[in-house]
Order: sequence, then C-alpha cells, then structure tokens
Amino acid sequence: MPTKPAGTLYRGREGMWSWVGHRITGVVIFFFLLVHVLDTSLVRVSPEAYTAVIGAYKNPLMALGETGLVAAIVFHAFNGLRIIAVDFWKKGAKYQRQMLWTVLALWVVVMVGFSIRHLSLALGGH
Amino acid sequence: MTATQIQSPRSGKISPQYRRSGASRGNFEMAAWLFMRLSGVVLVVLIFGHLFVNLLVGEGIHAIDFGFVAGKWADPFWQFWDLAMLWLAMLHGTNGVRTIINDYAEKDSSRFWLKAVLYAATAVIIILGTLVIFTFNPCPLDVNGIPLPGGFCPAA
Repeated sequence: MPTKPAGTLYRGREGMWSWVGHRITGVVIFFFLLVHVLDTSLVRVSPEAYTAVIGAYKNPLMALGETGLVAAIVFHAFNGLRIIAVDFWKKGAKYQRQMLWTVLALWVVVMVGFSIRHLSLALGGH
Repeated sequence: MTATQIQSPRSGKISPQYRRSGASRGNFEMAAWLFMRLSGVVLVVLIFGHLFVNLLVGEGIHAIDFGFVAGKWADPFWQFWDLAMLWLAMLHGTNGVRTIINDYAEKDSSRFWLKAVLYAATAVIIILGTLVIFTFNPCPLDVNGIPLPGGFCPAA
C-alpha cells in the first residue's frame, strides 16, 4: 500500500510549490511594506532623522537584504501574472507548468541584472 | 413527456436552499478576488518603476536622502504614483494576509483578533502614509520657526 498520495496533479508539484512561494514572498513583502512606510514617514519628523535612518539601508549587509527583498518582489510579480493568465486565459491551466518555468527563467534574468547593478552601486565606492 | 428540468448551476433558477452565497455576504469574496488581479497588474508597473528610479538610476541607493524625497514630491506625478502604490499595495497585502489568517487560524476568536490587529495596522499605515505624502514640507521649521538643518528652504 502506498504511504503517500501518488500521481496527483497538484500535491508536491509545480502548482503547489509556486503557491507556497507566492504565500511566503507575499508575507515578506507585506511586513517590509509596513516598515518602509514608517521609515519614509520620518521625512515629517526632520530631514536629519530621515537621512540617518535611511542611512541604515546603505550598509553592505542591507544591500544583500534589499537584493533578497527584490528577489521576492520579482517572483511574486511574475508568478502573479502567471496566476492571472491561469484564471483568465483559456489555455492558462493547460500551460501553467510551462508558464512557471518561464516565470523562473525571467526571474533569473532580472535578478542577475538587478544584483550586478544594485550591488556594484551599494558596495562600490562611497 | 414532462422530464424534470435541471437548470444550469449559474442560472440563478435554483431553490434558495441550494444557493451557495448567502444574501448577506453579497459578492465580497469575488470582488476581493478580482481586486487582487487588477491591483496586482497595476502594482507590477508601479513597483518596478519605483525600484528602477530609486535603486538603478544614477548613484542608486546612495542618492536617497531627504533631498531626494523632496525632489520627487515636488512633482505631483510622483506624489500620485506613491499614493497609488501605498493604497494598492496595502489593500493587496492586507487581503493576502486576511486570506492566510482565514486558512490557518482555526479558532473563531483567533481569526477575529488577528484580523482586528491586521485591519488596525492597515488603517494606521494608509492614513499615516497619505498624510505624509500630502503634508510633506521641504523646509520644515523647529518650534522657534527656525529651519531645521538639512531642509530645502527658499532663499530669504
């Protein structure tokens, strides 16, 4: 007797893992958004308070954190467009797996470009 | 021959006891589902634009300081951009977290309190952010009316 479900279309496959990835990246982005509105609000306290706190985003460790955050955003964005295609495009459900691999390929391309540019700006010079 | 007529499920011509949506709840969940898709498309444009302009152009993150914000919000275009991003992202994120609470919090009271905290946080952030965008002052003064250091004041 099999001990785990075999041969399902969803469980343990691309559909399920993209859903897991979408949830986790969504929660990460939401909590960053709360913090980001609060730090930006310091412009109403004083120019020095804002510039001091925003300075915390400019250290090398934060540069890696920002790259991770952007990685989460780009995945959530592209996979979100895939979800819309699955829901509204006639052939969306049929091609959902191919679309996930397209999402991941575009994600790699965008993240390579972003990482090179952002990390060289954030870590270089200054 | 009078065969029993079986109506299409979405025709609305079904007995009330078989209707899946109670009259009181209306179409809120469908509206929320549609909002996630519509706001999602707009947010891809708004947030990719935000990241490009703030992180990838010129000096990137090193250019961001009080003057950078003052420069952007001197233009109603960026005020509106940031306002749209704030509202859409907060409502999109809040609805996402609401879904997650509904999925994982099993007790009625847990769901109630988690959502109460979520909605309170959302209201605070949206109101605060909106006020900050519209009351921003590039030349803030201290209590004595002296410009704070780092501000951008017109030459006296």
